Amino acid sequence: MHVHSYEKIWLALGLGLILLLIGSVTYGAVGPGVSMVAADQPTVDPTALDEDDRFAEPRVEQVGENEYEAYVVAYQFGFEPDPIVIPANSTVTFMVTSRDVTHGFEVVGTNANTMVIPGEVSTLTVETGGPTEYGVICNEYCGAAHHGMEATIEVVPQDEFESSTGGSTDSGGSTDGDGSGGDQ
Amino acid sequence: MTATADAPATTSPDATNEPVTNEDDPDGDGDGAATPEGTFYDRFPAEARIVRATFLGAFLAFAIGTTFGIIQTLHRTGIARPFSSVDYYTFLTAHGVFLVLSFTIFFLVGVFTWALVRSLDRPLVNTRFSWAWYGLMAVGMTLTGITILAGFTSAVDLSADVLFTFYAPLQAHPLFYGGLAVFLVGTWLAGLDWWRTYLAWRRENPDERIPLQTFMVLTTTIMWYVATSALAISVLFFLLPWSLGLIETVNPTLTRTLFWFFGHPVVYFWLMPAYLLWYTVLPSIAGGRLFSDPLARVVFVLFLLLSTPVGIHHQYLDPGIAEGFKFVSMTNTMFLLLPSLLTAFTVVASVEYGARVRGGTGLFGWLRTLPWRDPAFTGMMLAGLMFAAGGYSGMVNAGMNINYLIHNTIWVPGHFHLTVGTAVALTFMAATYWLWPQITNKPIYSKQIGLAQVVLWFAGMALMSNAMHAQGLLGAPRRTAEPEYAGFEYGTAFGGFQELNVQIAIGGTILFASAVLFLSNVVLTMGNSRTDGLAETISEPISGPEDAPLVLDNIRLWGGIAVLLVLLAYALPIVAIIQRGGLFGPGGEAFPMVLDALSILVDRAPDAIALLTDRAVDALGGGRLGGWP
Repeated sequence: MHVHSYEKIWLALGLGLILLLIGSVTYGAVGPGVSMVAADQPTVDPTALDEDDRFAEPRVEQVGENEYEAYVVAYQFGFEPDPIVIPANSTVTFMVTSRDVTHGFEVVGTNANTMVIPGEVSTLTVETGGPTEYGVICNEYCGAAHHGMEATIEVVPQDEFESSTGGSTDSGGSTDGDGSGGDQ
Repeated sequence: MTATADAPATTSPDATNEPVTNEDDPDGDGDGAATPEGTFYDRFPAEARIVRATFLGAFLAFAIGTTFGIIQTLHRTGIARPFSSVDYYTFLTAHGVFLVLSFTIFFLVGVFTWALVRSLDRPLVNTRFSWAWYGLMAVGMTLTGITILAGFTSAVDLSADVLFTFYAPLQAHPLFYGGLAVFLVGTWLAGLDWWRTYLAWRRENPDERIPLQTFMVLTTTIMWYVATSALAISVLFFLLPWSLGLIETVNPTLTRTLFWFFGHPVVYFWLMPAYLLWYTVLPSIAGGRLFSDPLARVVFVLFLLLSTPVGIHHQYLDPGIAEGFKFVSMTNTMFLLLPSLLTAFTVVASVEYGARVRGGTGLFGWLRTLPWRDPAFTGMMLAGLMFAAGGYSGMVNAGMNINYLIHNTIWVPGHFHLTVGTAVALTFMAATYWLWPQITNKPIYSKQIGLAQVVLWFAGMALMSNAMHAQGLLGAPRRTAEPEYAGFEYGTAFGGFQELNVQIAIGGTILFASAVLFLSNVVLTMGNSRTDGLAETISEPISGPEDAPLVLDNIRLWGGIAVLLVLLAYALPIVAIIQRGGLFGPGGEAFPMVLDALSILVDRAPDAIALLTDRAVDALGGGRLGGWP
């Protein structure tokens, strides 16, 4: 088969680009440690979330030194808790599930973004920066009032977080990055 | 259309060595080609009628789809909201289904029927069979379409506001799924028709190479069978029985995964007829010849192999699918760039060759000699240019980690309005200006309007798509009636949110104007009377099929490898999904979208009744007239 020399050069450049793109994602995973939403939680029964101690009472809870978990339930057409209050300069893992249809959970203006599928629990870990506020929206069509489905995340100073929650209920967070983001 | 088969290229060996700048070759578009004996309509009138019917089906869908497009554009951007935001999702579902399933696929079956018959120089085996698949496609799409459009009224118990992805547990009326299934069977039979005709030709020509256009049709058909197998399973075994109440639940992750198993190759299904036209028609319009027949075959084989085992890249953000499966899918996806990159080279080289044959010189000076006044040429070139831009945003989408920034934002529709919305749709419109006279013997009503139309489409899409990408970077979601929220303000990048809204609205309006011009031009063309002398020829490649290794024509081999790759990419994820959540999911309920319409009716009924009662009382009692509140 005859391949013109220009074609060969082009082919080589194309393959180079492809390897570069794959390489950059690989580097992102092993270098900065960007992790993906994956299959790390067992499934749940979306109609029996009140029997799940994480989602029976959606909240933010301290789970370690400067580490928090936010249990969030998405539903037609909102999120619980709302606002999600989380402490500044901490590591927060969001665990999000749906009690009805497929939703999205997007912290606007950041890369904290996941699908929320009934029966599955999405986890994503973010580093919060200083005190601020973020919007959270559902970015997957979920029904007639989809456009009204929103919440806010309030990143508050640590002391304020503790005084407002007594340590473990109902809080919020900010996000910035999967795995190990900075502030955005 | 010409009688010439693609196969027996009488290429001079010199030309293959120095093809791009070869100016010794006196004419480029003539050699090797037998003299044409009239148009496709002259030679294959029965087939021409089928192609014409498929195109008309496509244009009807295009008319409805683009009308809904402008309504959505103005609604979403907040310029004009004459309909409720609930109806927006009905418009959106219809826009998606009519344009990406109906318009594209009806046009595709027309192009493929034309290309196969033309390049084999042989009629279809049995046109009654062809009308049967056409009928199935039309009936199926009509059923699905009616079910969607019924969402506008609560008078009938039909609805399908589930968007074209119909993710469970959102549930459409059974007719929606049933119509899709019938449509799908129609496309399968179309593929069977092409294969039957090819095999008949093979019996008559046992030693010939498969003509290039036929090769493209056959490989794409195999890809379609592989891809749609998952959709058929999803619809027939899960969604349809579930919508009929025969099974209680489905596994949302499983049906999503089966959808995207189909959902990525379908984009190549839309694209392949555009590629076929770029490879075989565009060089001829430019006065040149295809640079390399073997490379074109390689490209189509690569699409057959790689189009399907990549669908999980639409699910990078899905919980319940392990990271490793996503990585495999990403790797395959990146390699899928290769055939498109090769196409960019080959098409540009073929066009440049044509320009140099026409006397073009210089590094870029040859561009001036191209037939820019021809809407078919300019439209396809602009479509190709847009496809390059779409390819770049596609690389961002494919990047597993940066995808998080733009997943389900309006960046994504911005991307696919460049690919399917321009690379495919604009190529189809441009090709219509060239193809329609061939299948009807009627000259185009106005090539000037055609030229203006393709340029407008390009300009409108440049404006709209660019602003959509920019809004996506701000985090504005896709698929929403009202992207403005109470709790926060979008940031600013490449212009503020409102400014970008205005750009989207202006771009969308230009696109709609372009669509109206296109459709009017087609309708007026249909009023022309038939004439002679419209026949166009398709030139032979510079490097012909004799340069292509025989193994390339072994479609069974490539089909087998394609199935194997799909099994490698999908067997483990699907087993894992079923093990996690069960075949019918971890529980949950169905959310029939028809309930929305009913509940709204129930909500509004008391008001409406009160209002009617008032009016009745007023009318009877001769009270205040014209007193609508």
